[in-house]
Amino acid sequence: MNVLRSGTQAVRIEQDVVLARQTARKLAVEAGLRLVDQTKLVTAASELARNTVVYGRGGDMDWEILEEERRKGLRLTFRDQGPGIADMKLAMTDGWTSGGGLGLGLTGAKRLVDDFSVESAPGQGTRVMICKWT
Amino acid sequence: MERIPILRMGDFLLVTIQVDMHDELAMTLQDDLSDRISKTSARGVLIDISALDMVDSFIGRMIGTISGLSRIMDAQTVVVGMQPAVAITLVELGLTLPGVITALNVERGMSLLRERVQSE
Ligand SMILES: Nc1ncnc2c1ncn2[C@@H]1O[C@H](COP(=O)(O)OP(=O)(O)OP(=O)(O)O)[C@@H](O)[C@H]1O
Ligand SMILES: [Mg+2]
Repeated sequence: MNVLRSGTQAVRIEQDVVLARQTARKLAVEAGLRLVDQTKLVTAASELARNTVVYGRGGDMDWEILEEERRKGLRLTFRDQGPGIADMKLAMTDGWTSGGGLGLGLTGAKRLVDDFSVESAPGQGTRVMICKWT
Repeated sequence: MERIPILRMGDFLLVTIQVDMHDELAMTLQDDLSDRISKTSARGVLIDISALDMVDSFIGRMIGTISGLSRIMDAQTVVVGMQPAVAITLVELGLTLPGVITALNVERGMSLLRERVQSE
């Protein structure tokens, strides 16, 4: 697997959520994802960026345009050094929220992408990776 | 402060969302709209989202709230122009927008509103 291009963008304040999804859209087009897949990835990115701001106290989004033999992909990693997720099983339950949300962000994001992983430990922050392939 | 314009069309209010809304803008719209419904006694609200290339759980929740709010204020809400890719994504995200009425475009939304208001 080759990384064709990569970068990082700050996700600190609410407006950065809009910027993160605009970047995600641009890169998804560049990676050659079809419209529906672009929209799914951008929506997942929006959910995760908002979590980074609201729960993670801000962080960054790393992006990579990937290439394999027969396909290209866009991988986004949202990382923060916030409080972390104490109960991952609960956080990955549809409809569970510790705030006033719908509890759809993490589980919904997972459904919308091809690859999904989340790592988190209390006090050590959270890292969520998503990837969509052509 | 940035605001989303609300147009009055007879008994109805028309909101055309043309910008990629950040969360605060969405909250402002919610407040502005309930204010306008009460001031104008509007019977219906059309929310045109044809320019939105994505709807996430936050925007989805706002649409649901506006719809519920206007119902309490004796007005109906119709969401029009959702792009197919957005609709597909919403379903997969798990957001079903219960109680929200949708129509293909503004014209259809308008006649739907007229029918509903007349039949009351
Ligand atoms: N980056 C993060 N840092 C700490 N906790 C997090 C983080 N992301 C998610 N969580 C926790 O996981 C829960 C579930 O997140 P999820 O995005 O699924 O739902 P939500 O944000 O509560 O609601 P929604 O996204 O539907 O508005 C959150 O309520 C929060 O407690
Ligand atoms: Mg969330």
